[in-house]
Amino acid sequence: MLGRTAGGLFWMFRYLERAENTARLLEAGHHMALTRSESAESEWESIVRTAGMNMGYDAKYDSYTAKQVIDYLLRDKDNASSVMSSIDLARSNGRQVRTALSSEVWEATNECWMDLKKTLSQPIEESALHDTLILIRNRAAIVRGALHGTMLRNDIFSFARLGTFIERADNTARILDVKYYVLLPSAAFVGTTMDNAQWEVILRSVSAERSYRWLNAGAASPVGVADFLILDERMPRSLAFCTRKVGHFLQHLENDYELRQTSQIKAAVLLARIEEMTIEDIFNDGLHEYLGEFIEGITELARHIEQDFRFYG
Amino acid sequence: MISCRHRKLVDYECMKTEPTCFDEMLLGNDLVRDPYGQYFDWFKMADVKRLRRKSEDAEAFFRKIGITFNVYGQDEADERLIPFDIVPRIIAAKEWRQLERGIEQRVRAINAFLRDIYHRQEIIRAGRIPKKLIAGNAAFTPEMIGVTPPAGVYTHIAGVDLVRTGENDFYVLEDNVRTPSGVSYMLENRETMLHMFPELFTKMKVRSVSSYPDLLRRSLADCAPDRTRTDMPTVAVLTPGIHNSAYFEHAFLADQMGAELVESHDLRVQDGYVAMRTTRGYQRLDVIYRRVDDEYLDPLTFNPNSMLGVPGIMDVYRAGNVTIANAPGTGIADDKALYSYMPDIIEFYTGEKAILKNVPTWRCSEADSLSYVLENLKDLVVKEVHGSGGYGMLVGPAASKKELSAFEAKLRATPDNYIAQPTLALSTVPILSKSGLAPRHVDLRPFVLMAPNRVEITAGGLTRVALKKGSLVVNSSQGGGTKDTWVLED
Repeated sequence: MLGRTAGGLFWMFRYLERAENTARLLEAGHHMALTRSESAESEWESIVRTAGMNMGYDAKYDSYTAKQVIDYLLRDKDNASSVMSSIDLARSNGRQVRTALSSEVWEATNECWMDLKKTLSQPIEESALHDTLILIRNRAAIVRGALHGTMLRNDIFSFARLGTFIERADNTARILDVKYYVLLPSAAFVGTTMDNAQWEVILRSVSAERSYRWLNAGAASPVGVADFLILDERMPRSLAFCTRKVGHFLQHLENDYELRQTSQIKAAVLLARIEEMTIEDIFNDGLHEYLGEFIEGITELARHIEQDFRFYG
Repeated sequence: MISCRHRKLVDYECMKTEPTCFDEMLLGNDLVRDPYGQYFDWFKMADVKRLRRKSEDAEAFFRKIGITFNVYGQDEADERLIPFDIVPRIIAAKEWRQLERGIEQRVRAINAFLRDIYHRQEIIRAGRIPKKLIAGNAAFTPEMIGVTPPAGVYTHIAGVDLVRTGENDFYVLEDNVRTPSGVSYMLENRETMLHMFPELFTKMKVRSVSSYPDLLRRSLADCAPDRTRTDMPTVAVLTPGIHNSAYFEHAFLADQMGAELVESHDLRVQDGYVAMRTTRGYQRLDVIYRRVDDEYLDPLTFNPNSMLGVPGIMDVYRAGNVTIANAPGTGIADDKALYSYMPDIIEFYTGEKAILKNVPTWRCSEADSLSYVLENLKDLVVKEVHGSGGYGMLVGPAASKKELSAFEAKLRATPDNYIAQPTLALSTVPILSKSGLAPRHVDLRPFVLMAPNRVEITAGGLTRVALKKGSLVVNSSQGGGTKDTWVLED
């Protein structure tokens, strides 16, 4: 396989994942804004910050209204990470690597792009937001389904999945990092119930509020939420889960190519770091520091994958 | 018997106003030609509204699989479809055999001509074509002098554009022997027709075209250098990238052949071979089906300013260590200035008369011809010698006074740049219009594959159709569409 093709697959699936994550964040924000009308503006601001888009946003707007945030996150061309920009990039990477994709995966990607291009050609009213977000989720799910149902489990599949899990790990870590202060035990919370809505938005933005409740019989604690999203290997968006998957697909490539490279070593180090600590250790050492280190680690890992497999020559 | 007043026929009265124009379905006003007999019977029973719906479905299908092309000079986001017409163009077995013989003769002659023109130039010594036509021609590639391509094949893929003016009158309009495109449309058009009209294919025995990618791969592999080294030569399609208007086709062919789709920055010269950058390191390439022009092949040889290309690839080629298909320099054979000599060229190399006709051509470089052309401009088609894609050409009968006089000035200024041909009464075939079948002008591009010991021709090819009533320009860049082409079995 061409190095450029491997790179195209990796980025195609990173961008697809990114589009989905942005849609998920919007969904969480929208829900918050609806249920807590008095602080809607600050909720929207926090969504933009969590998405890591505040620099671009602030350059363009000086207030946080639902209309502006929705537009900026969903369809703004100036925003390279908006859902539409991400889908555009996913598809153009998909076109680059068409010969590596099954026709089902390509067609699903192309249809996803066509549908969203049409839907997002106009600003989305708040009343239509829910349906639009569902559309994005469904379209992305069809691409994923086609990938699982029709692709050979060879190096092509591994590069696609590496893109997905690197992006997802990065996304979950960033959400936690922006909101980490909510999870810290603070004097104000001692002896009181935590502000439910605060951690709820975290869980919602990774589509985990239901599974968390189910696992914890409705009882929630900041440490519990952090444990769930960082260390719980059953949770498909947790750092532990994503990192394990990254390691798994790198191992596949190692077996396939009969060669152990820097990326495989780095992935093992990253995983060991997760496995050796309990959530209490993490809190004792500092949650913010831990997350920062993780984000740095995953970014470095992505760079090594890129070099080891000659994405750019 | 059927009258042109039949309620499902539209615009067929045009045949009365243009009595010279041959329709491939209806002979005169009331006789359906043999190849269309079964189709017409079927069509009479069909519901036109339902067919229109199918036609829209076909469009949605093409968009979904992404058979789109980018129009030069337009917003990159604007991906367009080449319109597809769902009425097949039907050719009888007997007609096709004659065409096949003519095409094979022509392609073999072109290949012999290229070998000669880059070696001993016997044809010039024999006085059959003037020396200045070659020496002063930008399409002649001095870098190819004395170079023999692996397996001796120059034109691995050719697309011979044919037009028809009567029952037995076929003309070659152009021999496309650089990087002819359109074969993916031929294949996808057939796929689509099979989905939409399975009942027609059970009724009528249509020759298959689906083996093209396999045949292409085989004939490319047969032209690989040093065939003793490996049974499975590595084949790649070289594309300029996703912004090229034919990118879909490049990806499609690579996919169908199971070949790599590479861009020039994926390649480099290493230890005397061409290698591609894979996830496991550099791997040797044997055959490159390039869909880039000569001048973007090698910046060291052709175009020092080009960011594209693979530096040093021509040295590997000259050493016989890689196959480039088609060979560099083939453009001299389909140059419009040479076109009028094709009958001589065929006779010179095959010893036979040309089976397919050439369109009578005035070379504006010759004073007598120029004055004739200027006098008769409104009846002629004038083409730029180095133009392609229907750009820079004048269709006299369709041009305004202003356009005619502007072109006259161009002709006087640089007569060598032009040739002129009579306006051919291109045959028409039916397309599906709003309320029924309407005749439109067409051409045909069969695809020809050449291997060391054989020539293979697709049964049919790509039919391009001018969708505008009365228009003679079939190019997709100028509002043309495509059709599936059916060659019937005996």
